[in-house]
Amino acid sequence: MRKKTQVADVNRSLYDIKDKFEYSFKTDGLNEDVIREISAQKNEPDWMLEFRLKSLGIYHKLDVPPWGPDISGLDIDNIITYVKPKTDLNVTWDDVPEDIKNTFVRLGIPQAEHKYLAGVGAQYDSEVVYHSVQENFRKQGVIYLDMDTAVKEYEDLVRKHFMKCVPPSDHKFAALHGAVWSGGSFVYVPAGIKVEIPLQSYFRSNAPGAGQFEHTLIIVEEGASLHFIEGCSAPKYSVNNLHAGCVELYVKEGAFLRYSTIENWSKNMYNLNTKRAIVEKNGTIEWISGSFGSKVSMLYPMSILKGEGARSDYTGITFAGEDQVLDTGTKVVHAAPYTTSNINAKSISKSGGVSVYRGVVRVLPNAHHVKSSISCESLMLDSDSRSDTIPVLDINNDEVDIGHEAKIGRISDEVIFYLMSRGISEEEARAMIVRGFAEPIAKELPLEYAVEMNNLIRLELEGTIG
Amino acid sequence: MAERFLVIKDLHVNVEDSPILKGLNLEVGRGEVHVIMGPNGAGKSTLANVLLGHPKYEVTAGTIEFEGKLLNDLKPDERAKLGLFLSFQYPEEIPGVTMENFLRMAKIAQTGESISITKFNRILREKMDLLAMKPEYASRYVNDGFSGGEKKKSEILQMLVLEPKLAVLDETDSGLDVDAVRVVAQGVKQYRSSENAIVIITHHSRILEYIQPDYVHFLIDGRIAKSGGPELIAEIEQSGFAALQSQSGRA
Ligand SMILES: Nc1ncnc2c1ncn2[C@@H]1O[C@H](COP(=O)(O)OP(=O)(O)O)[C@@H](O)[C@H]1O
Ligand SMILES: [Mg+2]
Repeated sequence: MRKKTQVADVNRSLYDIKDKFEYSFKTDGLNEDVIREISAQKNEPDWMLEFRLKSLGIYHKLDVPPWGPDISGLDIDNIITYVKPKTDLNVTWDDVPEDIKNTFVRLGIPQAEHKYLAGVGAQYDSEVVYHSVQENFRKQGVIYLDMDTAVKEYEDLVRKHFMKCVPPSDHKFAALHGAVWSGGSFVYVPAGIKVEIPLQSYFRSNAPGAGQFEHTLIIVEEGASLHFIEGCSAPKYSVNNLHAGCVELYVKEGAFLRYSTIENWSKNMYNLNTKRAIVEKNGTIEWISGSFGSKVSMLYPMSILKGEGARSDYTGITFAGEDQVLDTGTKVVHAAPYTTSNINAKSISKSGGVSVYRGVVRVLPNAHHVKSSISCESLMLDSDSRSDTIPVLDINNDEVDIGHEAKIGRISDEVIFYLMSRGISEEEARAMIVRGFAEPIAKELPLEYAVEMNNLIRLELEGTIG
Repeated sequence: MAERFLVIKDLHVNVEDSPILKGLNLEVGRGEVHVIMGPNGAGKSTLANVLLGHPKYEVTAGTIEFEGKLLNDLKPDERAKLGLFLSFQYPEEIPGVTMENFLRMAKIAQTGESISITKFNRILREKMDLLAMKPEYASRYVNDGFSGGEKKKSEILQMLVLEPKLAVLDETDSGLDVDAVRVVAQGVKQYRSSENAIVIITHHSRILEYIQPDYVHFLIDGRIAKSGGPELIAEIEQSGFAALQSQSGRA
């Protein structure tokens, strides 16, 4: 008898809990009144209300992108239901099924987050962690707040940067985000400050819309450095199926920012997230990205290399299983000379899942001596699965050094035999090969996240055999 | 023979529908070292692979028994757990999986007992020292970017760590320089005991200067064409397989 792996007996469908919620009200669509109410509830400054209303106007004018995966399953006319769920959820920790609680433990999720993840209302207790982190950084002048508070406490700083990197006119979901955003993180690192320990996002507000439309704004000033981690491997228990967050990163001259994400969405989710960085002279942005779950993901973190010598590194992995389309990649705009980009994208698909790498490297006419290397590797675990690579190169300067390499592979029977001949079961052999494939990403993550990612892979592979 | 260790009877094996082994008989007793020699394409690697249960090799007739258990329908991992080991002629590369991680997992899978990373790594380092392998090999990915010689050493390292009852070495000494052959041979000598058995598939007598075999077999055209003691090695050195080959062709 084959021994099952530790988390193999967790039923995946437990994550996809039936709709038990009632909505406090429904209207035919998103209108000014709703936006005014959101803003009033948050007690925001007027300019933010104006911004929201302007974004709403753009949202109504724009169409859904004509390219990319099918998102017709998204009930766009009923978007209002995603924005204003009833806030006093009558679910208690006792109502959460044992299996889900056990899954959190097995995934190694900290105890403090269990209740939050289970969707049990405003129980998430991050206060303690938050305060100790805060105290430490305050001494260095680092600001770390939830976005809703930052709008009020650091109004000028936020106003100067908010949706300047990703304007609402960018696409329909950016406009939607501008209108209804809620929650998220705000980080400001003053010039020359090196934040030694990775900063993790603790702000998971339970306010309506938070988690669906959260906004992250990070400013790393000249010569400063930061590693920011956003992520969680347990899918949030949510009936809302649209995620349209926005991440804006400002990397100033000589600054360094690493932005790591491990995300795992419940399998009904349309994940249409917009992430972008503007990098000044000799600055560096590093994206580490692991995308799991969701029904459809469209995710293309973008780096605008604005100053000479700016650099962007992208290391990403996606895992598409049954009925999933993960359309991901990265965009880089080389807008200045001597800028460098490295792209290392990996994807895994199984049980009919579709992984698409969609990426753009654009070199503007003035940008000479640009270096870019692009590597896309995909691993298909069966013959039903699909993998596409759509790399676009738009090069408008002759003095460039660009390398591109794409590999599509399957797990070889010979490797499986090799591992099995050492006593390793077929199931574990496959998992080992897949984990090995993901290792270049895992090794860039802090240990606890790497462990979570490996657990996720294990969970996703469940049932691959027989 | 008092105890039956490895017994292969009338083994017929097809690869992609063409017959490769055509009625092979072989017995290996506990504590014995056997050498199998034969021309290219004779079926030596086929025998090695079929012993470990490679799914591509189809047994159409005959039996393989190990310690009284019929292996024919067992999966490769089940055979490994019974104590079989193959040092591959062409070891596979596994990017992203470190040697130490892989070997520890394999050890745990085989013994069914967990072993701490620290304790395991101590054992691993000992065995690596024995094979003059630098410590950093432990944290390199399995065979990934290894030279031919490093891959063969890695196979012997795995054998020393996993401590099988029966080890089949498929041309482990091929493509190695003189020093590497000596190191590998020392590893094999270290492993040799009255409790286990070794089958050495080789083209060269060099490794046999270090390891005295008990029996020598010539595998020609899918059968054992001749068996005897170490004196057969000298015979093959002098006259080659051609004479034997034409005999078996006539048969
Ligand atoms: N995996 C395989 N696929 C196809 N043919 C094979 C395979 N393995 C072995 N053969 C064929 O079987 C015959 C015996 O090969 P092999 O056992 O490797 O010989 P040896 O190891 O004695 O040189 C050869 O004709 C070879 O081409
Ligand atoms: Mg061979």
